[in-house]
Amino acid sequence: MRKNPARLLAWVGLLAALAITLFPFWWMLRTALTGNANLFNGSYSFLPDDPTPINFERVLGLASPEEARAAGGTAASMDFWLYLRNSVLFAFAVVAGQVTFSAMAAYAFARLRFRGRDVLFYLFLSTMMIPPIFTVLPNFVLIKSLGGVNTFWGLVAPYFFMTPFAVFFLRQFFLSVPGEIEEAAGLDGASRWRIFWQVVVPMNRGPLLTLAVITAVQTWNEFLWPLLIAKQENVRVLTTAMAIFQQQTPNATPDWAGLMAGATLAVLPVLLLLILFGRRLVDSIRFTGIK
Amino acid sequence: MAATLLARPLGRRTARRSGSSWQRGHGRIALVFLAPALIGFAAFYLVPTVRGLWFSFTDYNLLSDPKVVGLGNYGEVLSDRVFWNALKVTGVYVVFNVATQTVLALGLAVLMERLTRSVMIRAMVLLPWLVPNVTIALLWMWLLDVNVGFVNHVMEQIGLSKQGFLFSPDQSILTIASINTWRHVGYTALLLFAGMQLIPKHLYEAGRIDGAGEGRMFRQITLPLLRPVLALVLVVSLIGSFQIFDTVAVTTEGGPVNASRVIYYYIYEKAFTQFEFGYASAMSVFLIVFLVALTLLQMRLLRASTSDLA
Repeated sequence: MRKNPARLLAWVGLLAALAITLFPFWWMLRTALTGNANLFNGSYSFLPDDPTPINFERVLGLASPEEARAAGGTAASMDFWLYLRNSVLFAFAVVAGQVTFSAMAAYAFARLRFRGRDVLFYLFLSTMMIPPIFTVLPNFVLIKSLGGVNTFWGLVAPYFFMTPFAVFFLRQFFLSVPGEIEEAAGLDGASRWRIFWQVVVPMNRGPLLTLAVITAVQTWNEFLWPLLIAKQENVRVLTTAMAIFQQQTPNATPDWAGLMAGATLAVLPVLLLLILFGRRLVDSIRFTGIK
Repeated sequence: MAATLLARPLGRRTARRSGSSWQRGHGRIALVFLAPALIGFAAFYLVPTVRGLWFSFTDYNLLSDPKVVGLGNYGEVLSDRVFWNALKVTGVYVVFNVATQTVLALGLAVLMERLTRSVMIRAMVLLPWLVPNVTIALLWMWLLDVNVGFVNHVMEQIGLSKQGFLFSPDQSILTIASINTWRHVGYTALLLFAGMQLIPKHLYEAGRIDGAGEGRMFRQITLPLLRPVLALVLVVSLIGSFQIFDTVAVTTEGGPVNASRVIYYYIYEKAFTQFEFGYASAMSVFLIVFLVALTLLQMRLLRASTSDLA
């Protein structure tokens, strides 16, 4: 390693970029730990004045209504646990369905021979170009006519069976694995169904897990569809709940401390995912250009 | 999406060896594997696409039965000033967002490539991209608050006046674009970083032996050899950028007046607050035309730039 001024300057640049990336999250946490009363006292120190857990307690419903009103100046509250549960269920259901069914379809496209295969595959691919807003309108009409508004299945349905991207992504991996092992299993009399579950799936654990993580993050971040379908409390997810919570707090004096406490809690699962799957996520970036 | 092409070219290694009957895959078992995906594809992609097109020729409003109005919606869209304004606002957003994002990401990618292999640093850089748009929007609303926001505090400290940012007609769309630049820089940098890994290291060694500095190596080695990846990243960003919605919906709701009313948000409003499904669908068709044009451009760019590393 050469040590020279240019290299030092480059490090300063990189660290500055990291600081700009991470500082807003620090400010979020700092605000969440500050009482609303202390928020407007003119202090901009990097550490919270008189740190308090009251905002987290309010958001999590651990504070009494009087305490909450005293700390927040508003009566707006959010049933954080309920929305968290809904978001987690939403993500799990979508990941389970989408990854399983897309893998099955990807296998058929990669290894089976049937009439119209290539035409069908390119039809799948071509819908990747259609912007979601175009299909959201008819999808909403469909789910509404089936009585799926404000139901969990209505929320999950459009993501549950496949996405063209998931099928495309997995097909590429299935094609890159040598077919010899599958052939050997086939000559031993194993059925396609058994080969898929006992040979292909274990051999492609890595890509399948990568897709699962990416799908989980995307579902977690989904906003427009839940906004349209999951309006009632019992199916509302975290993203829409946060937006609604913000709209409910008075415009003149928004409950910033409460909002930032909610935001901090909403970031925690992402942080957990990054700690568990950091390397996989980082390495997967070259394969995906989604959003 | 398209960045998958970075990893490997569209594979065509389907089993074509002749011989055992096992190789002659059959329609029946294929149907078993495909059935769930086909149901989902038909119900949520294929039929909605056809149905959306049909909506665009009707006055469908969700409440009464649709009446066919021919090209009426398209005519109205073309003479709708708010639509053209939305296109202009979206255009400003896309250009500003993609330009800043790509330049900053390129800088960040070079710094990472030259300085460190740390997965930790790359993970930190990725963090904003993993956090929901809604959370990011709220966080920046707070940071940019006119009265007590941290950014305006800094502005005052360095002797500038407080700015309206999201709530200033002149600044709102650029502010939203900047927020999303901040969110996507790390992700874009990692895409470019992955592209830089494909450049043979010996070229840099040769350059160094010839006495080239970092700046010259960047201009004469990195940039030309990165061009295919850069073109790809640029167009993927462009298409993603066109679909800006969440941040606008949370922060400005299109305001002040129409200053941040982007096309996606305008379509959403027409459909779900005014229930003009026919009109909204016609606007979406225009959006598709733009996106297909962009995709064709992408394909041309890609073909035009594959030769450098051959």
